[in-house]
Amino acid sequence: MNQDLREGRARIPLSERPEWADVRPVPQDDGPNPLVPIAYTDEFRETMDYFRAVYLANERSPRALHLTKEAIFLNSGNYTVWQFRRLVLEALKVDLHEELEFLEKITRDNSKNYQIWHHRRWVAEKLGTDVTSNELEFTKEIFLEDAKHYHAWSHRQWVLQALGGWEDELAYCDELLEDDIFNNSAWNQRYFVVTRSPHLGGLEAMRDSEVAYAIKAILAKPENESPWRYLRGLYRNNLNSLAEDPRVASVCLDVLMNKRDCIHALNMVLDLLCHCYQPSNEMKNAIDAVVTPESNLSDLNLAARVCSILQLVDPMRANYWEWRKSTIPVHLEDIDPGMEKQCVV
Amino acid sequence: MYMHSRPWLCYWIIHSIALLGDCLDDKLENDVVDFLERCQDPNGGYGGGPGQLPSLIISFRMHDGGEIDVRACYTAISVASALNILDDRLIQNVGDYILSCQTHEGGISGEPGTEAHGGYTFCGLAAMVLINEVNRLDLPGLVNWVVFRQGVECGFQGRTNKLVDGCYSFWQGGVAAIIQRLHLIVNEQLGLPNAFKDDLSIDCEHDSTNSDLSEGERYSEATTSFKNDTCENSQEGEQGFEDGSSGKYNASPPTGVNNTGYNFIKGPVGMRPLFNSMALQQYILLCSQEQAGFRDKPGKRRDHYHTCYVLSGLSICQYSGVKDADSPPLPRDILGPYSNLLEPVHPLYNIILDRYYEAHEFFARS
Repeated sequence: MNQDLREGRARIPLSERPEWADVRPVPQDDGPNPLVPIAYTDEFRETMDYFRAVYLANERSPRALHLTKEAIFLNSGNYTVWQFRRLVLEALKVDLHEELEFLEKITRDNSKNYQIWHHRRWVAEKLGTDVTSNELEFTKEIFLEDAKHYHAWSHRQWVLQALGGWEDELAYCDELLEDDIFNNSAWNQRYFVVTRSPHLGGLEAMRDSEVAYAIKAILAKPENESPWRYLRGLYRNNLNSLAEDPRVASVCLDVLMNKRDCIHALNMVLDLLCHCYQPSNEMKNAIDAVVTPESNLSDLNLAARVCSILQLVDPMRANYWEWRKSTIPVHLEDIDPGMEKQCVV
Repeated sequence: MYMHSRPWLCYWIIHSIALLGDCLDDKLENDVVDFLERCQDPNGGYGGGPGQLPSLIISFRMHDGGEIDVRACYTAISVASALNILDDRLIQNVGDYILSCQTHEGGISGEPGTEAHGGYTFCGLAAMVLINEVNRLDLPGLVNWVVFRQGVECGFQGRTNKLVDGCYSFWQGGVAAIIQRLHLIVNEQLGLPNAFKDDLSIDCEHDSTNSDLSEGERYSEATTSFKNDTCENSQEGEQGFEDGSSGKYNASPPTGVNNTGYNFIKGPVGMRPLFNSMALQQYILLCSQEQAGFRDKPGKRRDHYHTCYVLSGLSICQYSGVKDADSPPLPRDILGPYSNLLEPVHPLYNIILDRYYEAHEFFARS
């Protein structure tokens, strides 16, 4: 650990430190007309000049390791410094548990940096299952401040897949969704766990209970897009089965009848209709009741009518709904109910 | 913050200037070239001139899964494509990987399993077009996801239930622009015959001015000629789709991929924009503009990254109504005076279109 930086003591320039007396710094070659010049501090310039020297000499020594740490504290985004640090760590056979502590401090300052996370993955992979719970705990701490942190989610998924620790993951998703049912990252993690956890039997085994979970969330907040996408995702690659699950049509009907935010419900009904769903009269009436009767849409088939209604209630996506109307499968165009029954894809 | 993104800074600034129709003077341009040449020094951390690129990708693939992500795939593929050095060896496995990143939501994630995200969706979609494997993605699902990313603020968010950010004007707007030229494949995935239906002009009254043809007829023409282009240039891809878009892709790697970017932009635009271009222009000009630059959202500071991608998104909006790349947009498609019109970009590379044509011609010769 860099004592000076950590304890706020005045930094001693490298040029005045006896252990660096034998090294000749290598300045950056920006050329005669440097572009987008960076206003480097003297400290940064000097550190990087010495770094270039040890890097070019390929010096894998304790002082080189220490220097990379100083350079990383000054700028954690330099890929070359991180790469060289890994070479030195390997050469010196350093205890990598200390490296995790160092990374924790760095991450606090700049958690959106690709290099830090890449390095962390490298360290965790070397340490193996010893650090599984440490890594899961570390990402949890990040999520306390930013529950949608992309790098942290990415790291957590890697830990689960490479090192394990799946046992409590579904419960953790529950916890996050109880905190914030709109947290789409938590919904995504739930999908990840349900489809990939070695303990849950996969999507087929989990579908039934997950459909119920999503429906409960939808009924609580129908304007929340996440559970709608999750519900559709449970029948991914098999939307005909989505249309055949009576609970899906039923939740749509429920939302429509209560005249609540209905865009996602109508979006879902449209998908159902395009995949052979046979609407009940109740459903037809609920759809027609969404808009006032003066908008005369009765000449259209039901799927086209849903598109027209969406154009009215969701003007931001009017172009999209118009296009959807133009792509309604041919078999739905005939209003004759006998024809609709031919749909047996 | 930008100490190790200096080539990025060059691109953001120069591309912004170019979008505004201006260019650098000779002296500054020479300095840029000189500077970027220095960045090519492996010690500078930006390895990879044209000759080094294949080894970059191969080394990526040889490392553990964590080293590769959709952004890295796109970077390698788009550069190789622009330089006319894309080949089967480079493409191998990229399509499988990107396909595995399309999530249950419909968008594309950075790595298999993570959350659908605007930046990665752009990268994944554009890369799949460039390697002629875009038919393997679930395009109707992707379209549905991307149009729902435009929210009540009129701008785009990057992920479901997150805040709007000006930079997604390009990442998500670019996805929408690319989709407009993929209607043939979208229709095929929807099981529709690839001749547009006559009644497409329903509810198009606001669009039917100044034209003898109905909207449907106009786009129908576009459909036909794009199909011809596609068949000439991507027979492998077309056959791959016939085999089923969700199954394993068994066709041999596509050939002639170096012309994909060119044929894509030269083909007609078969679909009207599926996002709300006017609303996005409002967000950009009224909320994202700050003095002489652009920002994420009100309350944030302008910066070069946002200026570049917000302006790129504005250009995408302004040209979203044109039916081929060489036509000027109509005044009704531009928010504000026509003098607001920016230069058009190639949506797969986000390079000014004329600069792309020059590069294509140059590297096709060499």
